[in-house]
Amino acid sequence: MRLVVNRKTVTVKAHPLTRLLDVLREDFGLTGTKEGCGEGECGACTVLVDGQPVNSCLVPVAQVQGTRITTIEGLSGKHPLQRAFVEHGGAQCGICTPGMIMAAAALGPRPSLDEIRTGLAGNLCRCTGYAAIYRSVQRAGKR
Amino acid sequence: MQGTVAGRDLLQPRSVGDAVKMLRDEGPLVPMAGCTDLYVALNFGTLRPTRFLNLWHLDQLRGIEARGKTLRIGALATYTDIITSGVIRRRLPMLAAAAREVGGVQIQNRGTIGGNVANASPAGDTLPVLLAADAVVVLRSAAGTRRVPMTSFYTGYRQTVARPDELIVGFEVPAVRGRQWFRKVGTRAAQAIAKIVVAGVWDAQPRLAMGSVAPTPLRLLQTEQALGNGTSLEEAHQILQREIAPIDDFRSTAEYRRQVAANLLGQFYGARGT
Amino acid sequence: MSGFSRTPDGVGSSSVARRAVGRNVLRKEGHEKVTGLARYIDDIRFDNVLYVRTVRSTVPAGEIQDIRYNFDQSGFTVVNHRDIPGRNIVALIDEDQPSLAATSVRHVAEPILLLAHPDRTRLTAADVAITYRETTPNYDAERSDLTFKSIAIDKGRLDRGLAEADVIVEGEYRAGHQEQLYIEPNGVVAVPENGGVTLYGSLQCPYYVHRALTVLLGLPAEKVRVVQTETGGGFGGKEEYPSVIAGHAALVAMKSGRPAKLIYDRVEDMLATTKRHPAVVRHRTGVKKDGRLTAMDIDVVLDGGAYATLSAVVLSRGMIHAAGPYRCDHIRARGRTTMTNTPPNGAFRGFGAPQTQFAVEAHMDVIADRLGIDPLRLRERNALRPGDTTATGQKVGKDCSALQVLREAGRRTAFSKKRKMLKGSNRGIGLSLFFHGSGFTGGGEVKLASKASLALTERGVQIRVGSTEIGQGTRTMHAQIVADTLGLPYDQVEVSVADTATVPDSGPTVASRTCMIVGRLLERCAEEMRARLGRLTPAAYWKKHGDVVVTKQYEKPPGLEWDDETYRGDAYGSYGWACDVVEVEVDPVTYQATPVAFTTVHEIGRAIHPMLATGQIEGGSSQGLGYALLEEVVMRGGKMANAQLTNYIIPTTLDTPPMTIGILENPYKYGPFGAKGVGEMPIDGPAPAVVNALRHAGVVVSEIPATPEKIMKAMGRSG
Repeated sequence: MRLVVNRKTVTVKAHPLTRLLDVLREDFGLTGTKEGCGEGECGACTVLVDGQPVNSCLVPVAQVQGTRITTIEGLSGKHPLQRAFVEHGGAQCGICTPGMIMAAAALGPRPSLDEIRTGLAGNLCRCTGYAAIYRSVQRAGKR
Repeated sequence: MQGTVAGRDLLQPRSVGDAVKMLRDEGPLVPMAGCTDLYVALNFGTLRPTRFLNLWHLDQLRGIEARGKTLRIGALATYTDIITSGVIRRRLPMLAAAAREVGGVQIQNRGTIGGNVANASPAGDTLPVLLAADAVVVLRSAAGTRRVPMTSFYTGYRQTVARPDELIVGFEVPAVRGRQWFRKVGTRAAQAIAKIVVAGVWDAQPRLAMGSVAPTPLRLLQTEQALGNGTSLEEAHQILQREIAPIDDFRSTAEYRRQVAANLLGQFYGARGT
Repeated sequence: MSGFSRTPDGVGSSSVARRAVGRNVLRKEGHEKVTGLARYIDDIRFDNVLYVRTVRSTVPAGEIQDIRYNFDQSGFTVVNHRDIPGRNIVALIDEDQPSLAATSVRHVAEPILLLAHPDRTRLTAADVAITYRETTPNYDAERSDLTFKSIAIDKGRLDRGLAEADVIVEGEYRAGHQEQLYIEPNGVVAVPENGGVTLYGSLQCPYYVHRALTVLLGLPAEKVRVVQTETGGGFGGKEEYPSVIAGHAALVAMKSGRPAKLIYDRVEDMLATTKRHPAVVRHRTGVKKDGRLTAMDIDVVLDGGAYATLSAVVLSRGMIHAAGPYRCDHIRARGRTTMTNTPPNGAFRGFGAPQTQFAVEAHMDVIADRLGIDPLRLRERNALRPGDTTATGQKVGKDCSALQVLREAGRRTAFSKKRKMLKGSNRGIGLSLFFHGSGFTGGGEVKLASKASLALTERGVQIRVGSTEIGQGTRTMHAQIVADTLGLPYDQVEVSVADTATVPDSGPTVASRTCMIVGRLLERCAEEMRARLGRLTPAAYWKKHGDVVVTKQYEKPPGLEWDDETYRGDAYGSYGWACDVVEVEVDPVTYQATPVAFTTVHEIGRAIHPMLATGQIEGGSSQGLGYALLEEVVMRGGKMANAQLTNYIIPTTLDTPPMTIGILENPYKYGPFGAKGVGEMPIDGPAPAVVNALRHAGVVVSEIPATPEKIMKAMGRSG
């Protein structure tokens, strides 16, 4: 099976039913994406498939053949969201952060507060109460 | 993760025709769409079936279009497809309303209406909508196509009339006139399982359906008939309480469901003038 | 916004220009966390690893009769209680909890056996059948015949106080379990090496784990090494529990000679690990017609679950805070924590104070109603002022800000005006006034005798503490304190990994002590190092003198006296003070209560890092709102029936209201730069504020979470 992960074409030899999350973490060493629940509730495993956020703990790798996957490692490290999450307190313990940033990345430019809250409703954070995450996303949008 | 993939098989049909032949000849096979329910079971170690049929690439099963008076929704239409569809917004806005309440955006991007219907949970968010809209389930097998009214589709708790060799390929919804109404009462504001979910239409004859009040999602034929006959809300309440059979579970109580069902009926009734 | 900050003088100040403290410097490990580079325990690859699975009791109480291994055991490592080289206990306070059950079990999910194998599929498939002779479980904490701890607090004479009262008001309040729900579940890897073991894991207290392992494995201290990996949330849930999971992994590692990896999935974590103690709190309060409290009679029962763990200390903090931030001359408080056949409860942010302050603050509004007094005025009348004494007889000093936070919160929200405006609508506004002591109770810090070190090496200055970063900003905040005290740029101060091989025991990362206590130790280290450096830069000094390590140990501030026998005296060096105001809307169709606005004013001594402090307040308040409205552990047969995130629900973005945070500064003389603690206090206030807002909206509940089902009942509606 071939797919593109962070702009690199890769070949997957895992069982076709293997969760995308495990293929990323174990076969490609991309451990930035996390497992928080295995139920699609926490969003810590969020990656982008052809630009759309999905819970990678619920995706069999066979179903993403031929698609473009973006994980947190696929951002430059200097992405406005990444800088904003550091500067404005969007990341505390950091475990939800990769999934949160990927979901935020799919929000488009200058989302309203309502759009941010709705777009991130599938990402649980236990540390921040979300307020600093909103501030981080809004400040990133202003860059 | 409690489940394992080793020892399980995934068949990958190249067309719907392929898929139904596989269902006939190589069953038992569990069709696999967005996996937002199946993979939860896999993760929990409760997924017993070992052989699966991958539908995800069958674009024939996607698509939302209006064909004259009928709205056709492909089984693989995701909640996101439904939310962003102009056709749905114009013809069946209560379905978009339901789709918006299903989980967060990650679930909406992968979960499908076909999966929601096939999963047959009494709490399925789109099911009361399809019931109230008198949708028809289109089933295909190697033997041909069969159409079953949504109101006859469920026979018991998580049981449907679909045969093991049949695939849900889509839904046909006749034109809906009159005000559409949808409300879901979840355990919290987002990403919530329904404690009770209601959809209704104030057509010449009102239509009303409810989820999480019985072993299957229910079309409330007696209650809506009473409403159509101009019965008082008071009496309609009593008929409603006889029609539904909610239970206590760890999410909520029968008492709460009964009371809120009554309140929602009142809200629906209040929407009739518009 | 900083209402009345004063620059601290004397002890704790520095003559160096402030360059980091008080500014929002960049989080030390921020870059790693936003790029996926931060390595949590499950991200680290270990070679030759065995995966571990815990086989657990399926009954709440009984004798183990028979264990059958219905699988091919080749390649498996199996560990039972007989394999324990040291003592079969989880060393903490009492010695009642076994690491692995030997002959009997006291709760569902109690660990009995460990299986390990390199192949996860075989591991998952291995079928172990255990039969039990069940005994009758007890789930009622008030009827238990095993009390872990009792505490009595007496002030004045209760009968006299009751006699002085015009009105006596009674109330009973209940709070359920709460699950910490760190998004990273518990996980460890144990590596056998050097004749001992190195344990890597997600944890708050490396030295707690270290001690537990030496006892369990029968190893000397130097043969055990504990290394904290980047930790995805703790909130107390990784305070004492990691000693259990670490012990298991270590047993497998020692027996097999291979690294043993044990990571819980979410379901197991919820089923088996510790939660907040459920509480029943009764109040009988004497008041004058004008609202003055004359007598408080308080009874507290905390459900400890099957084993003691930290219940005695949770009870302690709960009791000390039970009378709220109020002056009252006559107080009798009785509390006990007892055994039930449910999984042991343990530490969770607030640690007893959320439970008892929920009760006293909800009760204050009952009193306000009864007397026809505005709730804010009632609290104004009774709030502690400098010179007053607490329930344990501690005289509060100038760093008591109860009135200031109350008045500021009331002013910001136009509370009294809003109360009138909303009356009769389906919206209510409620408030809570609360406080929280920093550090270990009474003589606890003296017993801990915590140490902190500051090292100067070729690389520069390095902080070495056993305190852990778990999201709250430990590394950042400690580096700010050291940087400013030393006169160095913040970026030049490094923080060591919390590795017991290299850092001293700074005590646990709990009790809101990491800034006030350990930060102060580092401040003292930096003061001494500054003196030694003289005019030299660290690099120049190192060139001349080589490595230097300065270590400081806890010194009790003068004047603190505490009697553990009578439970009287100075319970904490300092208290933070706060007031929450919540506006809630009740949906008359669904009975759901939605918080629509949240305002809080917190006095925390000094905000070393205003953004981090705000983050603690926003995050803790959000958890408090979940405690109030959403988070319910459903127990059936002694087992958590809703152990999935679908069914145990915490607030999402759409459940969290806009929050307005105000921070006041009122320096504590013995805190670094005047800082007190802030980590826990935020979670003490929201639940009673919500319940009080509901009361204002006409919904009377005295039990949390105030679910729609409870609200429906309270509104007198039943189907």
